[in-house]
Amino acid sequence: MGDERCAVVGVGQTQYKAVRADVSIAGLVREASERALDDASLDWGDIDAVVIGKAPDMFEGVVMPELYLADALGAVGKPMMRVHTAGSVGGSTAIVAAGLVQAGIHERVLTMSFEKQSESDAMWALTVSQPFQAPLVAGAGGFFAPIIRSYMRRSGAPEHIGMLVAVKDRANAMRNPLAHLHEPDLTLEKAKESPMLWDPIRYVETCPSSDGACAMVLAGEKTADGASKRPAWIHGTAMRSEPTIFAGRDQVNPQAGRDCAADVYAQAGITDPRAAFDCAEVYVPFSWFEPMWLENLGFCAPGEGWKLTEAGATAFDGDIPWNPSGGVLSSNPIGASGMIRFAEVALQVRGLAGEHQVDDARTALGHAYGGGSQFFSMWVVGAEKP
Amino acid sequence: MRDIAVVGFAQSKHVESDTHHNEVEMLMPVIADVVKQSGIGAKEIGFTCSGSCDYLIGAPFSFVQALDAVGAWPPISESHVEMDAAWALYEAWVALQHGDIESALVYGFGKTSTGDLGEILNLQLDPYTVAPLGLDHLSYGGLQARAYLDTTGRSERDLAEVAARSAHDARDNPNAVRRGEVTADDVLGEPPVRSPLRPFDCAPITDGAAAVVLAAGDLARRVCSRPAWIRGIDHRIEAHQLGVRDLATSMSTALAGDTAGVASGAVDVAELHAQFSHEELILREALGLGDEVRVNPSGGALGANPVMATGLIRIGEVAHRIHDGSATRGVAHASSGPCLQQNLVCVLEGTD
Amino acid sequence: MSTEPVTMMVEAIRLDFELGAGTAQSRFLLGLADGELRGQRCPVCRKVYMPPRGSCPTDGVPTEEEVLLPDHGIVTTFCVVNLQFHPAAPPAPYVCAQVLLDGADTPLFGLVAGVPADEVRMGMKVKAEWKPREEWTTNLMNIKWFQPTGEPDAAYETYQEHV
Repeated sequence: MGDERCAVVGVGQTQYKAVRADVSIAGLVREASERALDDASLDWGDIDAVVIGKAPDMFEGVVMPELYLADALGAVGKPMMRVHTAGSVGGSTAIVAAGLVQAGIHERVLTMSFEKQSESDAMWALTVSQPFQAPLVAGAGGFFAPIIRSYMRRSGAPEHIGMLVAVKDRANAMRNPLAHLHEPDLTLEKAKESPMLWDPIRYVETCPSSDGACAMVLAGEKTADGASKRPAWIHGTAMRSEPTIFAGRDQVNPQAGRDCAADVYAQAGITDPRAAFDCAEVYVPFSWFEPMWLENLGFCAPGEGWKLTEAGATAFDGDIPWNPSGGVLSSNPIGASGMIRFAEVALQVRGLAGEHQVDDARTALGHAYGGGSQFFSMWVVGAEKP
Repeated sequence: MRDIAVVGFAQSKHVESDTHHNEVEMLMPVIADVVKQSGIGAKEIGFTCSGSCDYLIGAPFSFVQALDAVGAWPPISESHVEMDAAWALYEAWVALQHGDIESALVYGFGKTSTGDLGEILNLQLDPYTVAPLGLDHLSYGGLQARAYLDTTGRSERDLAEVAARSAHDARDNPNAVRRGEVTADDVLGEPPVRSPLRPFDCAPITDGAAAVVLAAGDLARRVCSRPAWIRGIDHRIEAHQLGVRDLATSMSTALAGDTAGVASGAVDVAELHAQFSHEELILREALGLGDEVRVNPSGGALGANPVMATGLIRIGEVAHRIHDGSATRGVAHASSGPCLQQNLVCVLEGTD
Repeated sequence: MSTEPVTMMVEAIRLDFELGAGTAQSRFLLGLADGELRGQRCPVCRKVYMPPRGSCPTDGVPTEEEVLLPDHGIVTTFCVVNLQFHPAAPPAPYVCAQVLLDGADTPLFGLVAGVPADEVRMGMKVKAEWKPREEWTTNLMNIKWFQPTGEPDAAYETYQEHV
């Protein structure tokens, strides 16, 4: 952790939906950024630097789009950076931006992540493989489904757990007007009728493909103390990476995730995450990652995650609500999905999450991961100063 | 600000086209070399950050496999920018300023020969109004060169002299790909690629990689006899649309140079990320570097241009001259985007 | 003249790349053309990589020692794919599995066929089904799929560190 305190003083998100044909890429990112500035009661001129993130450039077909977006993001004459750490990028981007404040280099930084998947074909971009490598003939789900099967074998979790997560997150999304998927009538019975895509993953257990952007204004103590709305103070940030494939790798419960959590908890003084956090926004693109990450993040012992889900502990009215916004299962502009997690927990501890506000949320965990479950980024935010 | 220094620098022996090694194989010896040089154990390094571009090899997540070259186990604290690795160095420098870490590994790599660089860089332009016109980097480079010559009254011979000097200097750089004696007359004897730019005015297609190790305060002093201290570092971006900028100058370089403190002392050496000869002249003016400053003794990007590592190499080349005592204070510059849209300036200094 | 906003413009982008497989992967691919599965052993941790990556990702060193592996092993984990995701895939439902060849320390991604999809199990012993020899190239697709050998399944304890 840096010497300087850093807080989230503004959050802005776009509507998440399959196709945002009404805006260009620049229009999309500007929409989120203006909302973040409005939330912070700041103007473009108040911003010292801009840090943006997104997933692979092939998702939109624009090489290093930060260059083209400099004008729309008011970055002209300022420092601007572009982070790319696969699916964890939204979280990593926020951490890089926070670092600029914590190091005392800047006082107010705009950070933003986006994806406009409708302008290209992300499924294609994800499966581009070199001619001498066997093609990934089953898409992203084909990569993760075997890992989920391993989890089920290791933990003995019953088949319906994944569907419980999907039903819970989609119910939460009904409280979030910005969510992409609004499925008011989804029940466990209906989920069971959902087509099995990558057995054991059903269609209902997968995330959508969304257009959208999320932005935050991060600020130093001076600005945050004078903010008109309550800031979310950053109590810890951490990133960890490990290789995609190596002998003896635990893909179900990756060491990098455990190390990242241990690091961020130590910074925030957290020893019992289930008791300490009032809510969490955790990157769950396939429903089964909720029980897997419950274990990886130390909310319970290995093999016990599914029991928390089944008991309703992670539900909106449970003792530790996970993804009250509806999560990645309800909105997924890939490059932004991690930052949405980080921003949503900031909204929670600021008391500004609207209908999906968790009562009296004071301390919360934001989480993102990417690649083959190998890149992790996390932060802990609180209503109080660290 | 905490004192941070470059304590190690390594680069590949760059080639125009390396068909024998993939990126990991290109990177592994460079990273092994820089870590060894740094005197810091590979597992002791506190933070790792890299810069690369997926489009260079036409596959997403090229940085993911590159991580294999690092030996990221136990898991490491790591990040990546889709920018020249000079910005990865900036991110690492920031992390060293505020984190509980003492050292960082930075690397960048690019196999520019794999695809068509002009077609790829065309996709860097505004996707709605400019990219569809098919402009490549040579074309907008030519546009800027013309604007510069017409505004300043300088001549194509001035460009040719930069190209000839760079080729001459690259002879002493075993890692450069374009090395040899070329006179300004030779440069001018070739037909333009995009008028007024001729082949020797443009950086060669290059495959290569580079890596730097940074260390803080006492650790830097312990592992390096003459650390290259980062006295100032800043980067700025300007408008993307070429029509709204004065292409004959580089406002963002001037601004970054001011913040980094270029003018606060004498400059012995400067390594400028000029992918075209006219860019060197624009950058010299923006940074206020006089004729007494030795510019691009390595041959610069005109000698070797492994895209995404070229900017980091500028920092490494200046640090190298401070390490060996041949320079005391130097300026390194990195650039990104069409017509020098984004620029980073780093001032390095050695103390005896 | 239309006053409707432009909501989509289509720009066809075509980029061509010439890729080299690299030294280590070339050795592996050349082996495939001869029907051989050449793994590589890390000089530090002694683990055998299949397919070889040219380096040990955990030790960050080149893996130069070659180890010839058999074309049989076990399914550690898998999924049944019920949709057509890729032109190179067989008709759905098909099984995408991680196959741990005997003697390897990393699993290979491959298809499992020659058995109804709902009968594929973790721990199932499988063997490569190769394309006809005259169709072999420097490509992993020389192996059409893996199919059960009929031997008893491996006990979970013997491969649990790979799931």
